[in-house]
Amino acid sequence: MPSHDLVPLDLTADVVVVGGGPAGTWAALTAAESGADVLLLDKGYCGTSGPTASGGTGVWYTRPDPAEREKAMAGREALGGFLQDRRWMARVLDQTYENMNRLEAEARYPFPIVDGEPYKRGVQGPEYMRRMRSWIKRAGVRILDHSPATELLVDGSGTVAGVRGHRRQHGTDYRVRARAVVLATGGCAFLSKALGCDVSTGDGALFAAEAGAEMSGMEFSNAYGIAPAFTSVTKTAYYGFATFFHSDGTPLDGAGSQGGRSVIARELLRTGIVLCQIDQATPEQQEQMRLGQPNFFLPFNRLGIDPFTDRFPVTLLLEGTVRGTGGIRITGDDCATTVPGLYAAGDAATRELICGAFTGGGSHNSAWAMSSGTFAGRGAAAFATSLGASAVRRKLIGVGGAGIRPDEGGRAVGRDDALDVIRRQVHPYDKNYLRNGSRLRPALAHLDAVWEGFRGGAIAHGGELPGLRQAAAMVAHARWMYTSALARTESRGMARREEYPDLDPNQHHRIAVGGLDRIWTRPEAVTGREPAAA
Amino acid sequence: MIEIVSASRCVTCDVCIAVCPTNVFELGPGGIPVIARQGDCQTCFMCEAHCPADALFVAPFTHPAPADSPLRDEAHLAASGLLGSYRREIGWGRGRKPGARLAVGPELGRARITSAALP
Repeated sequence: MPSHDLVPLDLTADVVVVGGGPAGTWAALTAAESGADVLLLDKGYCGTSGPTASGGTGVWYTRPDPAEREKAMAGREALGGFLQDRRWMARVLDQTYENMNRLEAEARYPFPIVDGEPYKRGVQGPEYMRRMRSWIKRAGVRILDHSPATELLVDGSGTVAGVRGHRRQHGTDYRVRARAVVLATGGCAFLSKALGCDVSTGDGALFAAEAGAEMSGMEFSNAYGIAPAFTSVTKTAYYGFATFFHSDGTPLDGAGSQGGRSVIARELLRTGIVLCQIDQATPEQQEQMRLGQPNFFLPFNRLGIDPFTDRFPVTLLLEGTVRGTGGIRITGDDCATTVPGLYAAGDAATRELICGAFTGGGSHNSAWAMSSGTFAGRGAAAFATSLGASAVRRKLIGVGGAGIRPDEGGRAVGRDDALDVIRRQVHPYDKNYLRNGSRLRPALAHLDAVWEGFRGGAIAHGGELPGLRQAAAMVAHARWMYTSALARTESRGMARREEYPDLDPNQHHRIAVGGLDRIWTRPEAVTGREPAAA
Repeated sequence: MIEIVSASRCVTCDVCIAVCPTNVFELGPGGIPVIARQGDCQTCFMCEAHCPADALFVAPFTHPAPADSPLRDEAHLAASGLLGSYRREIGWGRGRKPGARLAVGPELGRARITSAALP
């Protein structure tokens, strides 16, 4: 084996992008086009990593027509608890329009033609991300695949100045000295095996917090997607055409993919079985579903199930902040964070600015990924340019805590212990989904205890370190989620509390959350709304 | 989870080793990749989509398929057309029309809510 610590790969770049999904590739492209020397790091493979690549996604795309635009913005405002920022919605719609047009013109994405026009309200994941990879390489971006980052590096003043990580297919560590860093590491789905989400373990949020950044909207983190039981394929939207049944074949009253998912969760908790049949799609809609989302049919075709005529068991898989809206708090139009030199994009960043308290798969999320990636890439490149020549001589200090630099005197907790606590305290529907303070508080206490153990003694090097850091990131993520959920004593958007079923007009604010060993929350005023809106 | 690397179909291009986002494969004897970490497979089907030889098969389960499962029987998968089927459906491979060209799903209206009053 090569020596891990003595001969790290030592690189420099103007802008480092961590994460190679849609947000990361758009950030890399934009930074490169701004003149920056860009390095993109993916823990897996840029082009297949993340939920977009393995799925298909709608895109929140409208033409720049005032009426169409207004309709797109107003559509989900109530669902989102009126926490959105209208100015951000407008600039994301503008940027998404531009990016989708570039995807066609410059990346030659083969959009379908509908009524003589390219149809740009969706993309097929594998094709989209394959083309993004080729495009950024053409733009001069260097890509390191299978190279999970493990921590951020800062200079003496706390400005982010690089990244450290591990190349798992080479068995070597690496270090990158950079002028700016974009975190596009995705949300956190807690290794639930939801389609393409096992790479989304919230790593960037941990790195950001260690450098001093804040989160926002972490109470909106309880998304669960519908999948055929024992499979990974979460494509909840198509279950809008479904009927759900008890195991004895009688209809499950009130169940639905939207507005009735909690009924499914309760029945799964009670009996473990919910049956489903997609019996409400016309033959034409069935054909459109097959063309629109071939991956939806993979489990059915392979298991010999006809979902339109057969009843099959379903489950709910945790999608956490991948399809929730929480993430790293954004403080500027360029997707800056509270930490100089650090930018956040895609699911790693809060999507409250355009989604408020609710989102689902695709649509707003995919528009946010490409738009925030563009903003962050441009912002990071500008920040890199603003630093003087001496920036390359800055002393680099690693800020990674849990798993890298243990505190004194604690009890060591390993990755398996942490994953076990995640499975018991975060996956279950009666804790994270059907929320009640009486169950959230003890769950949070378990998570706090495992965190303390982690800080106290968990340590790893080389190839073991990324896995340990992912476990730490998930525990930190869950603690921010539950602390924020307890701070919101009402039901707004997807953050519902059994004991507070109504929306409380006095809680029309966002909740910032941060800290690692001690977690704090702070109400943040909602920006970008007309005074009368809520 | 990934169940099959067909030694007879594999062209030893190592694409699967490169593209698997969770690093499931390792180089094996004779250049044929082996499934080294099946437990890390996230059942995303991306290796299958990228394999130019239709040599890989991902069973849709998030756990290993039972030993006697037909989804672990290469001859059955080849005969039934399942081997290589995802690649065919998304229109990847020489001479095929990209599936993205046809990917227009149905309009999604308000989701249906199941009612106990149904027959």
